[in-house]
Amino acid sequence: MSEYLIKNGFVFDPVLGIKGDKVDVGIKDGKIVEASDVSSKAKKIDASGKTVMAAGVDVHAHVAGPKVNVGRNYRPEDKLFKGSPKSGMKRMEGGFSVPTTFRTGYNYARMGYGFVMEAAMPPLYARHVHEEIRDTPIIDEAALPVFGNNWFVLEYLKNGEVENTAAYIAWLLRMTRGFGVKNVNPGGTEAWGWGLNCPTIHDPVPYFDITPAQIIRGLIEANEFLGLPHCMHVHGNSLGEPGNYTVTLDTLKQAEGFSPKGSFGRDQVLHHTHLQFHSYGGDSYASKSFESKSKEIMDYVNSVDNITFDMGCVTLDETTTMTADGPFEHHLTELNHLKWANTDVELETAAGVVPYVYNPKTFIAGAQWAIGIELALYAKDMMKVFVTTDHPNAGPFTRYPRVIKWLMSRKAREDVLDNVLKYGDTVRDRCFIGEIDRELSLYEIAMMTRAGPAKALGLAHMFGSLKPGLEGDVVVYPFNPETDDDPEKIEQAFSNCSFLVKSGQLVIDKGEIVSNGTKRTLWVDAKVNENPQVMRDVEQKFLKYYSVNLGNYEVTGHHFVPNPYVIEVDATQ
Amino acid sequence: MTKVVPDVICPFCGTLCDDIEVEVSDDGKTIVDVYNACAIGAQKFMHAQAGDRVTRPRMQQPDGSYKEVSYDEAVEYTAQMLVNAKKPLMYGWSSTSCEAQGVGHEIAEKVGAIVDNTATVCHGSTLIAVQDVGIPSCTLGEIKNRADRIIFWGCNPTHAHPRHQSRYSIYPRGFFTNKGHKNRKMIVVDPRNTDTAKMADIHYQIEQGRDFELLSAFRVALRNEVLPDFVAGIPKEKIYEGAELMKSGRFGVIFFGMGVTQSLSKNHNIDNAIMLTKDLNEFTKFSIMAMRGHYNVTGSGQVLGWQFGFPFCVDLTRGFARYNPGETSSNDLLRRGEVDAVFVLGSDPGAHFPISSVKKIAELPSVAVDPHITPTTEVSKLHVPVAFVGIEVGGSCYRMDNVPIDARKVVDPPEGVLTDEEFLTRVNTRVGELMGVN
Amino acid sequence: MTKIALNLISGRTIHQGVAMEAGKEKDAYTKACGIIEMDPSDLKKLGAWRNTNVRVTSPYGSVVVKAVEATQGPHPGLAYIPMGPWANSVTDPNTYSTGMPTFKGVPIEVEIAMNEKILSSVELVQKKCRGEV
Repeated sequence: MSEYLIKNGFVFDPVLGIKGDKVDVGIKDGKIVEASDVSSKAKKIDASGKTVMAAGVDVHAHVAGPKVNVGRNYRPEDKLFKGSPKSGMKRMEGGFSVPTTFRTGYNYARMGYGFVMEAAMPPLYARHVHEEIRDTPIIDEAALPVFGNNWFVLEYLKNGEVENTAAYIAWLLRMTRGFGVKNVNPGGTEAWGWGLNCPTIHDPVPYFDITPAQIIRGLIEANEFLGLPHCMHVHGNSLGEPGNYTVTLDTLKQAEGFSPKGSFGRDQVLHHTHLQFHSYGGDSYASKSFESKSKEIMDYVNSVDNITFDMGCVTLDETTTMTADGPFEHHLTELNHLKWANTDVELETAAGVVPYVYNPKTFIAGAQWAIGIELALYAKDMMKVFVTTDHPNAGPFTRYPRVIKWLMSRKAREDVLDNVLKYGDTVRDRCFIGEIDRELSLYEIAMMTRAGPAKALGLAHMFGSLKPGLEGDVVVYPFNPETDDDPEKIEQAFSNCSFLVKSGQLVIDKGEIVSNGTKRTLWVDAKVNENPQVMRDVEQKFLKYYSVNLGNYEVTGHHFVPNPYVIEVDATQ
Repeated sequence: MTKVVPDVICPFCGTLCDDIEVEVSDDGKTIVDVYNACAIGAQKFMHAQAGDRVTRPRMQQPDGSYKEVSYDEAVEYTAQMLVNAKKPLMYGWSSTSCEAQGVGHEIAEKVGAIVDNTATVCHGSTLIAVQDVGIPSCTLGEIKNRADRIIFWGCNPTHAHPRHQSRYSIYPRGFFTNKGHKNRKMIVVDPRNTDTAKMADIHYQIEQGRDFELLSAFRVALRNEVLPDFVAGIPKEKIYEGAELMKSGRFGVIFFGMGVTQSLSKNHNIDNAIMLTKDLNEFTKFSIMAMRGHYNVTGSGQVLGWQFGFPFCVDLTRGFARYNPGETSSNDLLRRGEVDAVFVLGSDPGAHFPISSVKKIAELPSVAVDPHITPTTEVSKLHVPVAFVGIEVGGSCYRMDNVPIDARKVVDPPEGVLTDEEFLTRVNTRVGELMGVN
Repeated sequence: MTKIALNLISGRTIHQGVAMEAGKEKDAYTKACGIIEMDPSDLKKLGAWRNTNVRVTSPYGSVVVKAVEATQGPHPGLAYIPMGPWANSVTDPNTYSTGMPTFKGVPIEVEIAMNEKILSSVELVQKKCRGEV
């Protein structure tokens, strides 16, 4: 297998504590090795004057699956003038806010990312998620099945049966080739099966009579019982509602008293995703009422050590929202009257899709933009906060370099407030962004986009650092930390890396994609003690309530996961 | 002794029943019987091993007869045809697996072809309407477990999706519907008193082609506004009655089919039906679902969607994907003489396209990949037989509610017969050689 | 010769589906799809007995099929030919820029054609393509 030696670059690695020193990086047999361990036959990559990091890790993006494809198929306009032709081994690309799978892989690679977590997989549709993951070149991926509205989970947790819940989770991860426990709008999406919702964490689910608080705590307990690589990953109730910060604080507090179990090295028991959407004050979107509650939220987050979150930063684009928060999407279409797609999934979950324009000429889009940035800039431990746009909900993932620019440059933020937003002054008034002069360093950015996410996912033994033994995922950005001081340069450089080595293969050479790579699908196989009750419940529900046979539920077959990477977990205690 | 293969998926229609049991001979080579399938599905399984099966490709001769050729010759003819054409049409895709569809797309991308599927004569109108107004929907199990108001508009499932009502929509006892059909009220809108309409609580025997008006009338009735005495031949009292019935349910669904996609108002009908569903969500929970025809037309739309961004009528001829039904749709392209080669796989346009389109297929270089003899194969220059997906080879398929189900292999194909995927892979390799690309 | 005007729709039937899966070149398919279902009142207007061959003509083509009594009637004024090459010999190919031909709602004229043959699907399509019928 090929060897590479990346020479003379400015390295940023929070795990090794390298803050911009010139260090050579060696890659051999698919893994990082000491530079002295590569032979003279290694291909030399000259990274002089450039930034070198481990490839990026994205903890949350909607890139593969049925609702993503609804977004593609029902928005032909998203492809207009945004295609790029097939050339050589590179397949044709299309789409802006909901790119085709080929474009998704190539664009992540161009940004120097090596791993992406598909944020929500409806178990009944798992095969679809895996087919799209398979057709996404270069990047390794995994997917999080959703559990927060699942009939088995609701019934077991109502009875406080944590071990049964854990056994069911382990079974479902195997059936769907899933990675961890995703919890979206707990309870509320089952209520949506009747057109209802659970706005606070104490509103019981119709018929099942369990509260979101119980679901959140129960899933944390079950997740830790299993000792899974990642923690319970929650999209809290009342997303997007003015004043929802109280629901968010209630949600975050459900983690109190829990500590992480298992041997994968994470510190957190709760990851709250796209926290921006959940940090709103006031009682309407009008500027005289709406306000940022990022300070209150971060005061709490900074005071505990068992929570991580990702930003969900608004990018001020026309984009497509898509989420398993069915009631929220219905609410959104009532607000903006744009085309609404919805799918309720038997026994499991739901999903909604609605296009959305974060118009910089409106106050509210400016405030949402500000809140996302504030949450990150108020964070004390940058290993606990990750760059995302909840792609494509708050904006396309191709804007991550722009988010990085805003985090690193006060000038860039002021430029948005003064020249891009129409109501920049009102945003300064109702939010905190104008008073924050903190500028993150490349080292801190590396924490937020590599080391931190890898650790939170329990994958620090594979990704997020250039420590020898880790996967050969290395990126070289055309950014000179000693001389480049124009913030626009940050965005350009992080959008188009010079070199990307993925799993020890050179896939981007001098800025051009030269290989489709050999991507892997990661999934978690958790072994639990035999549980005849759960198996009986599964058989019964399939016989009586599902519309497919149990024998046809599991994702099997080379066609779906041709290159699996299995992470074994022994939860038999 | 025989053995029974359980959990078999029936590869006929969008109902995609996955509870079929196939009894095979002890040596696993012969299908002896089929259980649980409807008459059409059972026929498909039993006929697969009929003695008159075509097992080798056939090339049309100058006198109109067909002569057997080898698969190698068939691959060569197909690859040459696609490479030499300026604007080939690759049509069908609905009766094959997603694996095969993916290989077909690779070929289409290389040679610059139009890729279109049977939605173009079926639910294409729906796909266009969804692009205008979205679609509130659900999985079939939600219907089984929650729905108490079922509307069949412009479709006749008793004939076209025979087990739909017993597996999902009318008869099953679900979690919240434990009295089965006794919990449910059924409305049928159809210009004929169909076998489905005969079982309805209310049958609207609508004047054919006036669905758009009746849909609008229901939306008016929901709001208790004024209606004319008759709309589309239906008295207004009956319309108000139907609207009340819909509103009074806990969970309703509109299933619709060709009656509204193929009559003159086409996508506008579906637009209005979707808007009616959206309106109903102000009163109670309501969903709408297209009764997809072929067992994997949905899959073709999904694979085209995630690979190119559009569900049908995908034009790859310029090197990047373009989409414009009416311009890039198969029947329009054929009638206007805008394609110079036709490749058909997994469908039968010879029987199901207007004859003026079929004339063009007969005139052009053409290949038909199909296990059967069909009107398409008998006017194409080359007929390539392949294995039946779901019987002789497995493959990923998508049900009418987009749920992916993996069809199984039950028996081997006849000796030497390739699968779609194998044939397409060989063509893809040969196309690459001819074009000097990988 | 009496001609009556009707509105034609086409679609699936169980027999069409079963026959199709057994092979479209076979007799069963012709029997299932080479037919036009007419309301008894329309058969009477035409002056035709059930199971008589008739010629169906539209602005787009012409075909000979067997007139049978409607199985899912009554639907006076409406005629039904199961989907297939017979229906498609007369269906409206215009898509009005939607891509979808107008398979349902075609104005037709029906007249008795007792001495004309109903062709099998393959023969019909081949001859139509060659311009022979």
